[in-house]
Amino acid sequence: MKTKTEPPARPEAVPTVRKAPARGGRRPAAVASGVFSGLSHAALAVWALLVIVPLVWTFVAAFKTNAEIFGDAWTLPETWHFDAWGRAWRDTNIGRYLLNSVFVVSLSTFFTMLFGAMAAYVIARYEFRGNRVVYFMFVSGMMFPVFLALVPLFKVVQNLGVHNTYLGLILVYVAYSLPFTVFFLTAFFRTLPTSVAEAAFIDGAGHVRTFFQIMMPMARPGLVSITIFNVIGQWNQYLLPIIIVPADQDKWVLPQAIATISTTAGYRQDWPALMAALSMAIIPVLIIYVIFQRQIQSGLTAGAVK
Amino acid sequence: MRQGRYPFIIGFLAIPVVLYAVFVIGPYLQAFQIALTEWNGYKAPEYVGLENFRELFQDEAFTAALRHHLWILITLPLATLVIALFFSFLLNVGGGAGKSGTMRGVKFSGFYKVVFFLPQVLAVAILGVLFQSVYRPTESGMINGLLAKVGIAPVQFLNDPKIALWSIIGVVVWQSVGFYVVLFSAGMSAIPKDVFEAAAIDGAGRFTLFFRVTLPLLWDTLQVGWIYLGIAAFDMFAIVQILSVDQGGPDNSTTVVALEIYRRVFRYSDLGYASAMGVVLFFMTLTFAVLTLRVTRRERIEF
Repeated sequence: MKTKTEPPARPEAVPTVRKAPARGGRRPAAVASGVFSGLSHAALAVWALLVIVPLVWTFVAAFKTNAEIFGDAWTLPETWHFDAWGRAWRDTNIGRYLLNSVFVVSLSTFFTMLFGAMAAYVIARYEFRGNRVVYFMFVSGMMFPVFLALVPLFKVVQNLGVHNTYLGLILVYVAYSLPFTVFFLTAFFRTLPTSVAEAAFIDGAGHVRTFFQIMMPMARPGLVSITIFNVIGQWNQYLLPIIIVPADQDKWVLPQAIATISTTAGYRQDWPALMAALSMAIIPVLIIYVIFQRQIQSGLTAGAVK
Repeated sequence: MRQGRYPFIIGFLAIPVVLYAVFVIGPYLQAFQIALTEWNGYKAPEYVGLENFRELFQDEAFTAALRHHLWILITLPLATLVIALFFSFLLNVGGGAGKSGTMRGVKFSGFYKVVFFLPQVLAVAILGVLFQSVYRPTESGMINGLLAKVGIAPVQFLNDPKIALWSIIGVVVWQSVGFYVVLFSAGMSAIPKDVFEAAAIDGAGRFTLFFRVTLPLLWDTLQVGWIYLGIAAFDMFAIVQILSVDQGGPDNSTTVVALEIYRRVFRYSDLGYASAMGVVLFFMTLTFAVLTLRVTRRERIEF
């Protein structure tokens, strides 16, 4: 993963390189290498700017006035106004939505991990009739587009009386996170040694106790990756909240709220507040990302590198 | 310790299975049934056979959406994977030949990876709102403001039906590249160094290294990436709904099947018809995944 782990230069390799039918002599090659490396940096730096500039530009816009936002895009605010941040906090209720998101995602991720690990453990470690059926039932969920289920899901949520409730949102988040969680954790539990669990059985630990006290701690690396995966996936959900908690504005989660605020900002003519609200939605995520970037990168890519 | 096995198995599976059956499997199966009916959600559904599907293919918005998926399916994975491969190659071997003839990554590659990956952790909904300002059609838009400085007339990124879809795909590429850079970098660093060394000693240049060594050894990862992006190409709901003008406009030029489904359900209460679209979407996704796995299957190279 890193370049610093490069082994030290092996002296015996040097003559071989010189003998190699490279592009004539050492010097031009070295120059070409330098040019290549310079161009590499240029290309990489351009993309880095492409990523950073729109974000910074949005943050800066939160300090502008309405007129400045609709003036030249590339001028800094004449004076840095902080009041849009206050207005965004007060009028758009952004703090409430942030808290809602934290509340919903912590519960739904917790239960996703609990139920997902329970199902995966039983599937991976116990032989019983229907084991394969249960496994494929869970895994097949990864293949279906959510939109296929949209109509019946909406009806189920209504019929159970959990439409416009946190409970409904959490249940649906958990259910739709199970396929990947079960798939990944089943594979993970299979890789763990059986000897420790057997020793626990001999010492008289029951199945449940073995699971919680022996297997869960052993599965920690896998659990951490998938927890991160689920937290980010559920935090960023947009479709599920807009169909499950559309009406009750007090229950909205962040992405859903931001999308709506952006349309009302047009009516209210308060663009700096929208930019401030947007920044407030982005900054906490940025901070957490910078702190945990290594874990987050490996958590999100966990599904693709097996 | 074999007693109590079945109660334990049932006890552990009960909640997850019930939850999953009620909210996921049940709805998926019902959708196929509802697709054969006309139903507004209140009266009893009326069985109409394949009528919905017949209507679908005369529905201009729907056929437009299908065309868009085809374009997205080609351009989104292609653009994302090519850019990501290019950058991960630069990051991992772009530092040129080391003293020992091995290829080195560029300096600060850790920093670049952190930055590139960043959009991946932001919600699509939030990016949609952000890019509304970036794409604004006057000099107050981030891009048009820059174009104005060099005397180029403002581009109607989202208002011109000819380019609106591309502007939206651009955002998704922008967001996805970093994910694949990290993925490919992990894949590249898993390739043993002696493979590169051996090739370099045999006189392979940078480009030979890339096309003859790196690419074949990354094939599995590339395949996974293609499938992920392909599946993403069949979704696109949040970004189109939030970023495009008139949700899928102008003039249906950016609409996607998911958006048509949503509209049918929540604007027209045409639930049977919406489910029929869902069924088509399902078969398209399935066909794509199976085809990709078949066509790109290659012998696995173990190392």
